[in-house]
Parts: sequence; structure tokens; C-alpha cells
Amino acid sequence: MFRKRPPPEEERRVRANDREYNEKFQYASNCIMTSKYNIITFLPVNLFEQFQEVANTYFLFLLILQLIPQISSLSWFTTIVPLALVLSITAVKDATDDYFRHKSDNQVNNRQSQVLIRGSLQNEKWMNVRVGDIIKLENNQFVAADLLLLSSTEPHGLCYIETAELDGETNMKVRQSVSVTSELGDPNNLASFDGEVVCEPPNNKLDRFSGTLYWREKKYSLTNQNMLLRGCVLRNTEACYGLVIFAGPDTKLMQNSGRTKFKRTSIDRLMNTLVLWIFGFLVCMGMILAVGNAGWEKEVGSLFQSYLAWDTPVNNFLFSAFLSFWSYVIILNTVVPISLYVSVEVIRLGHSYFINWDQQMFCSQCNTAAEARTTTLNEELGQVEYIFSDKTGTLTQNIMTFNKCSINGQSYGDLTDPLETQPKRLDFSPFNPLADPDFCFYDDKLLESVKVGDSCTHEFFRLLSLCHTVMSEEKSEGELVYKAQSPDEGALVTAARNFGFVFRSRTPGTITTTEMGRTVTYSLLAILDFNNIRKRMSVIVRNPEGRIRLYCKGADTVLLERLHPCNQEVMSITSDHLNEYAADGLRTLALAYRDLSEDEWEAWSESHRFADKATDCREDRLAAAYEEIEQNMMLLGATAIEDKLQEGVPETIAVLSLANIKIWVLTGDKQETAVNIGYSCKMLTDDMTEVFIISGHTVQSVRQELRRARERMIELSRTRDGVKEEGMQGWREPCFNGNGFKEGQEGGDTAGGSGGGVGKQLHGSPLPPPLPLSNLMDNISGEFAIVINGHSLAHALEADMEAEFVSTACACKAVICCRVTPLQKAQVVELIKKRKKAVTLAIGDGANDISMIKSAHIGVGISGQEGIQAVLASDYSFSQFRFLQRLLLVHGRWSYLRMCRFLCYFFYKNFAFTMVHFWFGFFCGFSAQTVYDQYFITLFNIVYTSLPVLAMGIFDQDVPDHRSLEYPKLYEPGQLNLLFNKREFFICIAQGIYTSVVLFFVPYAVLSNATQSNGVPLADYQTFAVTTATALVIVVSVQIVLDTGFWTVFNHVFVWGSLGSYFIIMFALHSQTLFRIFPNQFHFVGSAQSTLLQPVVWLTIALATAICIVPVLAFRFLKLDLKPQLSDTVRYTQLVRQKRRKPPGRNTGSAWRGTGSVSEGRLGARGGSRRSGYAFAHQEGFGELITSGKNMRLSSLALASFASRHSSSWIDTLRRKKHTHTPPSTSGECSPAPSFISVSVPPLSNSSSILGGSQETPIEEETVAAPAQNTQMIPASVTQTLPALAPDAEAPASQVSAQATSSGVLTPTASKSQGGDSPGGWTLSLGTVQEALFGWKVIASRASSSNSPGPTSIAKETNQIK
Amino acid sequence: MMASSYSAKDEDGHITVSGPGGGTLRNKKPENTAFKQQRLPAWQPILTAGTVLPAFFIIGLIFIPIGIGLYVTSNNIKEFEIDYTGDDTSSPCYNCAKNFSWNNTKSCTCTIPFQLDQPYESNVFMYYGLSNFYQNHRRYVKSRDDSQLNGNIDSLKKPSKECEPYASIDNKPIAPCGAIANSMFNDTLTLFYNDPNGTSVPIPLTSTGIAWWTDKHVKFRNPVGTNSNLTAVFQGTVKPVNWHRPVYELDTDPENNGFINEDFIVWMRTAALPTFRKLYRIIQKKNNMAPTLPRGNYTLVVDYNYPVRSFEGRKRMILSTISWMGGKNPFLGIAYITVGSVCFFLGVVLLVIHHKYGNRNNSANISN
Repeated sequence: MFRKRPPPEEERRVRANDREYNEKFQYASNCIMTSKYNIITFLPVNLFEQFQEVANTYFLFLLILQLIPQISSLSWFTTIVPLALVLSITAVKDATDDYFRHKSDNQVNNRQSQVLIRGSLQNEKWMNVRVGDIIKLENNQFVAADLLLLSSTEPHGLCYIETAELDGETNMKVRQSVSVTSELGDPNNLASFDGEVVCEPPNNKLDRFSGTLYWREKKYSLTNQNMLLRGCVLRNTEACYGLVIFAGPDTKLMQNSGRTKFKRTSIDRLMNTLVLWIFGFLVCMGMILAVGNAGWEKEVGSLFQSYLAWDTPVNNFLFSAFLSFWSYVIILNTVVPISLYVSVEVIRLGHSYFINWDQQMFCSQCNTAAEARTTTLNEELGQVEYIFSDKTGTLTQNIMTFNKCSINGQSYGDLTDPLETQPKRLDFSPFNPLADPDFCFYDDKLLESVKVGDSCTHEFFRLLSLCHTVMSEEKSEGELVYKAQSPDEGALVTAARNFGFVFRSRTPGTITTTEMGRTVTYSLLAILDFNNIRKRMSVIVRNPEGRIRLYCKGADTVLLERLHPCNQEVMSITSDHLNEYAADGLRTLALAYRDLSEDEWEAWSESHRFADKATDCREDRLAAAYEEIEQNMMLLGATAIEDKLQEGVPETIAVLSLANIKIWVLTGDKQETAVNIGYSCKMLTDDMTEVFIISGHTVQSVRQELRRARERMIELSRTRDGVKEEGMQGWREPCFNGNGFKEGQEGGDTAGGSGGGVGKQLHGSPLPPPLPLSNLMDNISGEFAIVINGHSLAHALEADMEAEFVSTACACKAVICCRVTPLQKAQVVELIKKRKKAVTLAIGDGANDISMIKSAHIGVGISGQEGIQAVLASDYSFSQFRFLQRLLLVHGRWSYLRMCRFLCYFFYKNFAFTMVHFWFGFFCGFSAQTVYDQYFITLFNIVYTSLPVLAMGIFDQDVPDHRSLEYPKLYEPGQLNLLFNKREFFICIAQGIYTSVVLFFVPYAVLSNATQSNGVPLADYQTFAVTTATALVIVVSVQIVLDTGFWTVFNHVFVWGSLGSYFIIMFALHSQTLFRIFPNQFHFVGSAQSTLLQPVVWLTIALATAICIVPVLAFRFLKLDLKPQLSDTVRYTQLVRQKRRKPPGRNTGSAWRGTGSVSEGRLGARGGSRRSGYAFAHQEGFGELITSGKNMRLSSLALASFASRHSSSWIDTLRRKKHTHTPPSTSGECSPAPSFISVSVPPLSNSSSILGGSQETPIEEETVAAPAQNTQMIPASVTQTLPALAPDAEAPASQVSAQATSSGVLTPTASKSQGGDSPGGWTLSLGTVQEALFGWKVIASRASSSNSPGPTSIAKETNQIK
Repeated sequence: MMASSYSAKDEDGHITVSGPGGGTLRNKKPENTAFKQQRLPAWQPILTAGTVLPAFFIIGLIFIPIGIGLYVTSNNIKEFEIDYTGDDTSSPCYNCAKNFSWNNTKSCTCTIPFQLDQPYESNVFMYYGLSNFYQNHRRYVKSRDDSQLNGNIDSLKKPSKECEPYASIDNKPIAPCGAIANSMFNDTLTLFYNDPNGTSVPIPLTSTGIAWWTDKHVKFRNPVGTNSNLTAVFQGTVKPVNWHRPVYELDTDPENNGFINEDFIVWMRTAALPTFRKLYRIIQKKNNMAPTLPRGNYTLVVDYNYPVRSFEGRKRMILSTISWMGGKNPFLGIAYITVGSVCFFLGVVLLVIHHKYGNRNNSANISN
């Protein structure tokens, strides 16, 4: 099938446009093949695969045995019919699957791409693209292979790609060709390009490439920056040319996808083990009976030969015993009927359809229903212990929204009325024609503040409109499209746009905005670019008036250190706001500016230029230069961006963790972002004992950090345990009694399930005695979280660290891995699978999640924005993360329950059915005579008993769906494998064997002496067979009646129908008509009538049934009465409630209220640790790109349109600016008179006041000092107590603040008239604002302690100030 | 085999997804039917004290009276059994049993006197019983040709190979073929009533009506040839090895001869267990006044043809009367009484357990 494999590549040599040369190396072609079979290989390969199934081989073996007449105790058709059926069904399914794989392979391989062949562009199929070809890509096209970017239509050989398919990052990336090739422009030049690339062999590292280009006797080093990888999409670039380096299976995309694995559920594996065991059991039975046969033939059979001669080949008892062994193997094979496998598949298929049909997993926005793409994994959904989740697109929508902001100590963006469910969205259109209609904001105070021209607010938005690296595109007037590198920046610039500060366009040296309707052009003096260490970026601009100002935005931690000392008050307020925002899980940024004098700027720009030109340590020097100027800044405020979570994510996570499922987030995102999301979706909470961050870069440091974390955990958990011992008595009662019941109900309040979690852990480890370390780690109490980044993870996943990592991570409640590669995601999953033997589920939406989805036991794909690659690789797909709880807790749980019940019953039934033969063996000379008619044996599993158990397996429910969401603890039996395990299996078997004993010996005892009422003895074989068979069918039917807990109409039809069909079929088979046609096939003619008319027979059946069922009934009742499971209790209460005729809606309501309160908890902020949410998801370097002008598309068209819109002298200004670096004169020719701007921009001074005239400063400081003191007085927990505020305290507080705000933003004159007695009324009123703001916090703390009504104290406070 | 898991569809997906923008999107919302949403109305039984405990009592209360009834009925049935195997030296049949050889043409007769202590009212059924005789052995059970027995001429001439090694002798088909037919019980039992006045009165034994109706009328049929004479029809076949007479000489009555001879049919209905009894004759009640078998002394005369000593088998003759539920069967009554009592007892025990320990959990949770 395969050619001889070439030896592994050491290095790859590719010469452009030289197919002959490249062919020497036999590189893989660009053709991919994912299909398994072709027409010729299908039958043998497929059959070979199918017979790798233990069961199929087993049945084949039986079939062969049955063809030997001396052995055959059953007709051959009893085995071959079902076997053939099963094989052909599977084959058809496999063939269809493979057909579609072929089809999609073909489709991909036949995609067209433009290849440069002999100097001209020709359309060529993807699969015919060879390594060394040069292909042309156009905008929005998929990259066909891993390419070396040679040139593009954009200046400087730049092009933009979207790598979402590859690594899940949605922000656009820029790639640049080597400068020499970027000049090759058109096809003719490229055709003569004959450079040779020497590079590393194919590998799966997405972010690394190293190679060298040799061309014209020169060497150029190549990095990942020059590569376009297969799976990427070209964006915003007209066209580009690339040289194929890796093709087809060698591409990084293909190298990154793991191997195909056929997923099996743990039940499958258990079932296979059990089948093997049963096979062993069968052999034992056969041996016992064979020994019996030997003894019998020796002692009795040899003497009995006058009446019954031995078969011709049999000449001694040993040979007879040998044959009898095989005969019994055939007879007893029904303990593992082939219908088991078929039934299991049918049930799973049914469950899959239920998943597809579930309306509550249907997303109406995207019109997608949940889909079970694999039908074989359903019951495993009920056993999940670990969930590995992607972040972007899975937990979050990957939409950033400008949510809140704090401007000069005033927070905006809180919902004015939190009780109102649909807050009114602000309408920007009348105010600002350029507003983005998609932008949502609810707090009209901010808009008011902009409208009245509050200078701080204006400055705030001016900063947002200037300090960024966003590119804009304006196709037609007013139709602005921002191309942001990170969605965060896009959100901020869009916010500024909507509030009247519209970023219109930029050139390398200017930024043009429309500020409150007026076009203003700033000259951009410098961009102080972002990087991971600086965590901030700044721009230095000169406004049309000529003032130079530095605008900076960055992480609060770094920015607040660099403020001018006079910002103290604003800073403390702002940092409170920042804390609030961070606690809400928002991504925060602090904004500041600094005015620079011309001299300062000149001096700095000199030092900057010097640093920029330095050849050694350029980075460091630049950083130092930046550091130098980003000092003494004035704080403007802070922004809070919501990385919009998908609907219901925190609730879902809370419910799932109540169900004892551990959730790990694996993301390619940065640590800060990941941690932030961890907080906002309540995986991480401030109640956590400790959050460990592992970020070492070497093996040693990672090991050390892990060890330290572990030691700390043990230490902390010891102290906690010490405390807990005292509170033990109190804890134990609810734990024991409620059995998780209470926790479920209260789960809502204990956001994140902390209460439940602690209770459970306590339950599991009441008093940890001194244990060895590994055991100790399993019994850690307390809530820990661990955050580990990709570098450290690489070390932690090494063989010798694995164990340490797993034991540490699994002791944590939450694990977040950031900056991980797709393959690492899979490795983590594999690790847990291997080490924990737990069922894992991976959920993700991007191509980067595919490997994880494939290696987890269950892969779930979110059909979201990032294409559907993940969906196609997944086993289940839906469009919202929150559906996961329904998938697991409802469908998974039911599936597991049903499958377990099905299997228990199925094994029971078949043992009851088959073992009768064993007992009969002792009475028929071990001759392998069957007890039943052969038709009964054939039909028993297929017809008489299959449908009721199928109906149970498909429709059974122990508790209704909303109950299992209400009590997540109901999920636990699945994780612990309680419903079907080896123990349960033995119980079922024991019950089956007991039943078989009863079914044989009761008829034996009764019938051996009984006669019909006409004197004919009943002890003939056929009567016995009919009696036993009837008793069997009735007993197993009664058993299914007992087992079925949910009697739908189908169950009724199937149960009664099967019983009915038994009698009908029996009478038909025993009828005279059939006998007359085939006298040799239907020996049992007339048996049914003459047997079933006898009262003794019915009395026998009734007796056998009673003896079989009564103990079961008693046992079940005792179990239910003395040790009820949670599900039993829930079911019972359900029943009681139904009887009380409570409307069911109430229950549902409470269920959702339970989870709903989690979200309420989310709105309320809990104060806490400062976390910087500075989350620019982009890389550094863009500032440089902008200032160098490389990425400016100064196409003549754009310039023309631009020029025509604005005054024609704009270009002149631009040129002047470029050359002279002098500010454009403020003459009106370049822009309309910027009167508004001059008003709103504060005067150029280094004074700390942003409020206005310097003469007012003392007063201001005085007034602000009072609240500052207050702040210190208020304990840090103020914010924590806020959500606990009684509504009556909250309402006046917001009233006051609203009132204060309105007065605060009034124009000076207006405010003077209000507070006329004060000389600086302006300032005073602002002071009042701040006071009021703090006042209500004070009130809050007071209200919570004393319940004193709010308004009076506010009044008091205000009076005091006055 | 090592197909990469990367599916080409993955790449395709993106394109197809972004494709259908303007087309009329079919609403894929699943139907809101009770079936699809798994909200079918359903009866949800639950095992509670209120249902289980009464069930136990009811089972007990039903089973005990039935058991008593069965037991009484069974006790009213009179049954007499006599073992005439003759492996005991004192037994009258000892000589016959000892001297048996397959080659004997003349049968050995033995006479066994016995006494009935009670008069047998109504019809009396006479059985022969065999022990340790494996009529249920697999090779034995299948060793017959139902097609032949049903009168199929082809099968008569060419018996099924299931009959081997009793299918043919010297290329002549055996009729009836097979091990079952070959081993047919062929003792002749006759009963004499020893009148107190010294005469020995033979008791009339009916030999018809002892087989299943379907066997007699459907399953077994004589082959119908051109000739209605059975002898002619069976021309070309040989009798089974152990038989003394060919099949068409089993009886003189044409309705009870050949394959439809009822003794033969009864034998062909194989027993389920190695110890069994088969109906041999019926002693019809003569008139309403006298008992069928009055108290007194009887003699059983056996034509001893059937050897069982070789395999340690036993032969018995049984006389029994019959009730509505058949013959004497004490087990059923006792079993019913036992099961009924156990259920009742279990009911009581469970009730006690339930009241002492059980109730707490449920009632505690109802309040939730």
C-alpha cells in the first residue's frame, strides 16, 4: 500500500521554479488523503477491522463450530443470521463514512490555485501543487500549503493573514517577505526567481521556522515572519506570491493534527472485558459439563448403548466429552448474544437523536441545533470528570465591548436600574452621524457629560481616539471600518468614535479625527510601542494648536506608578473603580496623559533617535527612553472592557462544578487574559485559598514552583483542617442528611459551588491522618487554582514531571493553561486520561482545538464564529457553551443510566435464559440437549425480549430533566461508575442464575409427576420446554416491568406486545398448518395448546414467577427504604409533589432561580486582589510599522478621495510635517477653526489640576481630602459588602450619585447659581460629586452594619462638607 | 492504516459556512413534540411501602389458599405403584430379568400379586414407569424422522440421516426409523382382580385415548399408498432391530395400527427427564355404583420383553386416579403454601423494618 518510506529528512532543500531538482527529494505532494479504503480494499480491510472486534470473531468461531454435525446442538441459522446482519450494517456505515471522506478529500485536493508555471499563471488543482512551486494567493483565499512569502501587492511585501483555523487567534497577523524578494512584484520576475531555500524538516511547531534563502550568492535568513501556513486565510491583501516549502501531509497544519483514534466508551471497554469473562465462564461451564459427559458416558451411556448407540466417529467417552464441550459452548453462547451489540448501537442512536432534537439546545440566533456527530459515545457523557475548555469562542464570544469607564474619578457604565431587565440602549445617531450602530452603551450620564463638554471626558475619549495602532478604512463617507489588531483596541476606538471622537485615518505622521463634528489633524510624533514588559503604549502628538501631549494607556499596575504625585486622590478613586471592574472580570486599562513642552520633546526625541539608531541593546535603550518620558503623567481614568462571555457561562461552570466535574481552561491566549476570564466566569474567585502561577522557563524552576505550590497547599489544608475539625459537627449533619440535596438547592448562593465543594471534600476525608505525599495530595481541602503557561507546561509534560504536575493540578479546583499550542492541549488531555483514568471532555471551537477534541474521550465543538473545523472533528456540537450542562447533566446522565439499566437487564435476561441448559445438562446425560425449542432460542433475543428492553434503554428516565439540572449531584453516580460495574454485573448474573435455577427446578419438581386432566403425563420433553419457555418469558417480562421506571406508551406497547407476540408466534409455530408443510422442521406441533390449557402448567408458571420476583422485590424495597439514592429521593419527592398537584412550573422556576442567583452574584462586585487586566491581545511592533509607514496603503485612490473630502492643503500640511517636524500652523486653512478644541483642551501647564484654573487648586485639594480620608477609613471589604446591600440602601445611593453627577457636569455658570455662596462653586460641586460617591460607600458599609436608612446620613455627610 | 486524523472536510467547512448567506435559511429548530423533547406522558411507578407491602400480603393471601386446595386435592388422589424390574431375587420377575436375551422369541411371563387398600373410584389410569432411561438425550431425541411418521412415502423409503444408525439395515429402510422407535417399550401388562370368591377376573383395559389428540390425528399418519393395506404400504421396509413384530402388526384395529398405534405414539413423545411414566391403559368406570377397582387383591401379569438391567434402569406399574388438576402432585400444594407463607412473613418483616428504620429519609425530604 505504501511506497518504501524515505529516510527521515535531515533538512529540506527547495529550489524555486525547479521541479526536476525538487523531485529528487521525493517530498510529499500537496494531495491529502484521509479516507481509509478504496473500492478494492474495502471488503477485506473492513472485514478485517470488524473481525478485530472480539465479539465478531467469537460469533464467527461459533458459526464454524455449528457446521460440524457431531457438535451442532443448534441449527446454524441461529448464529449466522444475526452475525451477517450485524456485519453488513456496520460495513454499510463504514462505507458511507469513507465515501464522504473521499468526497471531501477530493474537494480539497481539487481546489484551484494559481501556480506560476513557466512564467505564466495557470490554474492548477491543489493536489498538483509541488514543493518549489510559486503560487499566487488572492484576498480571502485559503493558503494551499506552507508558503514562503515572496512578494505581495502591499507595500514592503507585507500581507495580513488570519490564523484562526490554525491557532484560534482571531486577530490578524502580519507577515512580511524578505526585502529582496518583495521587489519581485510581477509574475515575470518571479518566474526567473531561482533562489534555494534550506530549512528544517517538517515539524508541528506553528510559531517557529528557521531556514535560509540562497539567492544570487547571498544568504537571507528566514523566520516564521516570512511564512504563510496552510489553513490560514489571506486578508486585506489584494494578492501575494509564495514559494511552496511544505506540502500536503508535511504542512504544519497536518503535522499538528493527531492520529485518528476510534473512540470507545468506558462502558464499551468494560463490556468487552465482561464478554471475555463471560467467555471464560462459558469455557468453565463447558468443561464442567464435558467432565460430566465423560463420567456419564462411561458409567451410564456405555451401558445404555443397546438403546442408544454412540455416533459413528465416537468410540470412547473421552472423545464424546470433547465433542460435548463444544456442543455446550454453542448452546450456552447466548449468554453473550450478538443482539447485545446491535441493541447497544440502536440505543445510542436513539439517544443521539434525542440530542439532535432537543429544543433547549437549539440556538435560535444562529439557527443551529445541537448535533451528535458520533453516535457511540452518549453514555460516556454521563461519566465526565474533566472538561478541557478552550477560551476564545468557547467561553467567550470573542467580542470585546466597552463596558464601563472611570473618568476623573467618576464611574460610568453601571446600569442605572439593575432590576430593569432590558436596559435602554443609548442611541448615538442623532448626536453623532459617524457612530457605529452596533455599539451598545447604557449609561446616558456619560453621553451627557460629553455633550456638556466636560473637558476630562473629552480628553479621555481623545486619548482613546489617538492612542492606538488601529487602521481605518473608509470605503465611503462615514462608513468607517476599523482594522484592529486586537479586539480590545477596536472596542476602545469604537467607543471613542461613538462618543464623538472619531478616528478617521492615519498616515505615518498624522492622525485625523473628527472631534464632536470637527475634523482635527494631529501630527503623530512618536509611538511608544507596546510590549509585554512595558504593558503600556503611548503616543506623542501635537495638536493643531501646537501643544505636544503624550497619551498613554496601559495596565493599571504599571501606569499608576508613573503618575504625577498630585493625582493621589483621583488615583485612589480610580483604583477602587479598577478593583470593582476587575472583580467583575472586566479587562481594565488605565489612561493618562502628559503635557510636554517643546524643549522636553526636543530633548527626548533626541535621546529617542539615539536609542533607535543604536546597534547594540537597541531594545533596552528604547525601553529606557520610553521609560524616561512616561513619567509624571496625569491620570485621566480607566476603561473596562468586557470580554463578552457567552451566555450563561458562569452559571454553567457553577453547575458543572457542583456536579463534581473539574474544568480546565486551555487557551492560546495570554496569561492575563486567561486569568481575567477565569475570574469573570467564576472559575477563579476571591474566596480561593490561593492561586498559584507557574511560569518558569527551565525544568528546574518549573519543578520548584510546582513543589512549592504543593507544599503550600498541604500546609494550608492542614491549617484549614484544624479549623474544620471544630466545625465538624455542624458540617456533618447537612452533608449526611442532604446527600448533596441541600447543596444542590443552595448551589446558587455558593457561587462557584464553594459550599458544595467544601462539604463534599469534607465528606470524603473526614480526618486526614498523616499520609504519604501522593495520598495527601488527593485529600487536599481548600480551594486552589493553578495557572500555568505554555513554556512551563512543556516542561511539566515531560515524562519525569508528569506525575508531579498531575498531582498538583488535580488538587486544584481550577486549572488554567495559557499560551499553549494545539498539540500541548492534546498532551494535557492525554496526560489526564493516562494518569487519572478519568473520562475527559474537550470543548472548543477553533482549528487549534482539533487535536484536543480528538484526543479527549469526548470532543465537543462549538459551532461559532471560527468556522466549523472543530465541529467537524468533534463528537458533539452545539453553538453555546451553556448547552454543555444540558448535554452532560441531562442527556449524558440519562444515557448512562439507560445504558446501565439496559446492560444489567440484558445480562440478567440472558443468563436466566441460558443457564437453564446447564441445569438440564445434569438430567439429560450432559448431551447438550436444549431445554427449549430451537425457534424459541433464535427468537428469544430478537423478538420476545428485545423491544421492551430497548424501550427502556431509549426512553427511561429516573428523574425529569429539570431535576437533574437542579441537583447536579445526581451526576455523580456516573463518574463513580456506580450503575454498571463489575460488582453490578455479578449481581445481575447472580440474579440471572438464580432465575434459571428456579425456572428449571420448579417445572422439574412439578411436572415430573404431574399429569394432564386426561391422565396423559406432563413430563414429556415438549411440554416441559413450553412450560419453561413460557415461564421464562413471563419472568423476564415481569422483571422489565419492575425495571422500567418511565412507562411511556412505547414501553406499554413493547412490553405487552412482546408478551403477546410470544404467544402468537408460539401458537403459530406449533400449528398444524406449518407442520403439514415442513413436518421435519416443526416438531412441536400441538404442544402449545395441550400444554397451556393445563391449569397445572399455569400454576407452575405462577409459582416460578413468584419465586423469582419476590426476593428481588423485597431486596429493592429494602434498598430504597433504607439506603435511598439521591435519584430515588428526588423521584419520590417528585411523586409526592405531583400528588399534591403543585403546578410543575413552580419547580422549573425554582430550578432556574437556583442557577440564576449565580448571575446575580456576578453583577455584585466582590472586592479583592488587584488584577491587571491589561490585555492587549496583540504583539509589539505595530507602532513601528505605522511610523515607518510600511503598512499604509497610500493608494492614489484613497489619497484622492481623502483630499477631496478635506481641504486640499491637507497634503501640503502632511508634507510639511513630514519634512520639518514642525507643528502645522493653526491657521484655519487646514482645518475649520478649532474653537471647540481650544476650549476643551486644558491649558498647557504642568499643574496637576485637570479641573481648570490654578487658583482653585487649594480649595479643590481641601475638598477632596475629606473623601480621601474616608476612603482610608472604609475597610477594604466595602466593595465586598456592596452586593449584600439591601435594595432600600442602594436606591437612594444611586439617586444621590445621579444627582451629584448631574450637578457635577453642569456648566460653571449653572453650578454657580446652584451653590452660589461658594466662590469656587464649580469645584465645590465637583467635590460634592466625589463626596457623594464615597458617601454612598460609607453608607453602604453603615447600612450593612446598622441598617440605618441611607438618605439621612447622606445629608449629614453633605452638610459636614459644606 | 495510520491515516491522519486531519479531515479535509475541516477546511471545507469554513467555505460552506460562509457560503449560504442570502439563501433562505430553513429553520432548523427541532420540532416541539412530546416525543422529540422526551416529554411523553409516562407512568412512573415507584416502589413505596404503600405498594410493595400490600403486594406481599396479597401474594401471600392468594397463594396460601391455592396451596391448601392443591394439597387437599392431591391427597385425595389414590395412587398405587409397583416395581417389577426384578433385580431382587425375591421378585417374581427375577428370572425373566436375569435370563433376558434379545434373541428370545418367546416372551417370559411373570405374575406379581398386589393388594389395593382402598377402592379406586372413577376412571383409573395405568402407567408404566421407567427410571434411568435417558429419553432426553440429545442423540436420542433427534433420532427420529417426523416426516416418515407423518406418512411421507419418500421418507418411508429413505429415512432422514438423523435416524442413523437406526435408519436402515442392509440398505432397507427401517420403519419407523431412529433410536426412539427402536427402543419402544414392549412389555405387556395385564391386570386380574382376584375375587374374594377365588376367581381371577381380567380387568378390561382400554388402549385408546392415551395419546395427545394432535399426535394421533396430525403428527402421526400411516403412509397412504395405492393400497389401503398397511402390509403392502410398508412393503420394502424392515422392522426396527429390537422389535418383535413389524409396525403394521402392532394392533389388529386398523385405527390403532402402524404409525398411529397409540402405544407407539406415547413412546415417541419423549420424556423430559430420565425418570418418567407413560400412560399405558385406561380402566374405564363401568357403572355408577361399583368402584372401578374395588378393594382387594390383584394380580399383575407381565410379559417381560424389555430389558433395563443392563443400564440399571427400573420398571414400574402405576395405577392412579385423576382430579381436575391431574394426578397426585403434592409438591405443587406444598410449594404454594410455602411461597405464600414466605411472602406473608416477608410482608410482616418489611413492614416492621419500614416502620422502624425506613420512613425517616423519605419523610425528611418531602419537606424540602
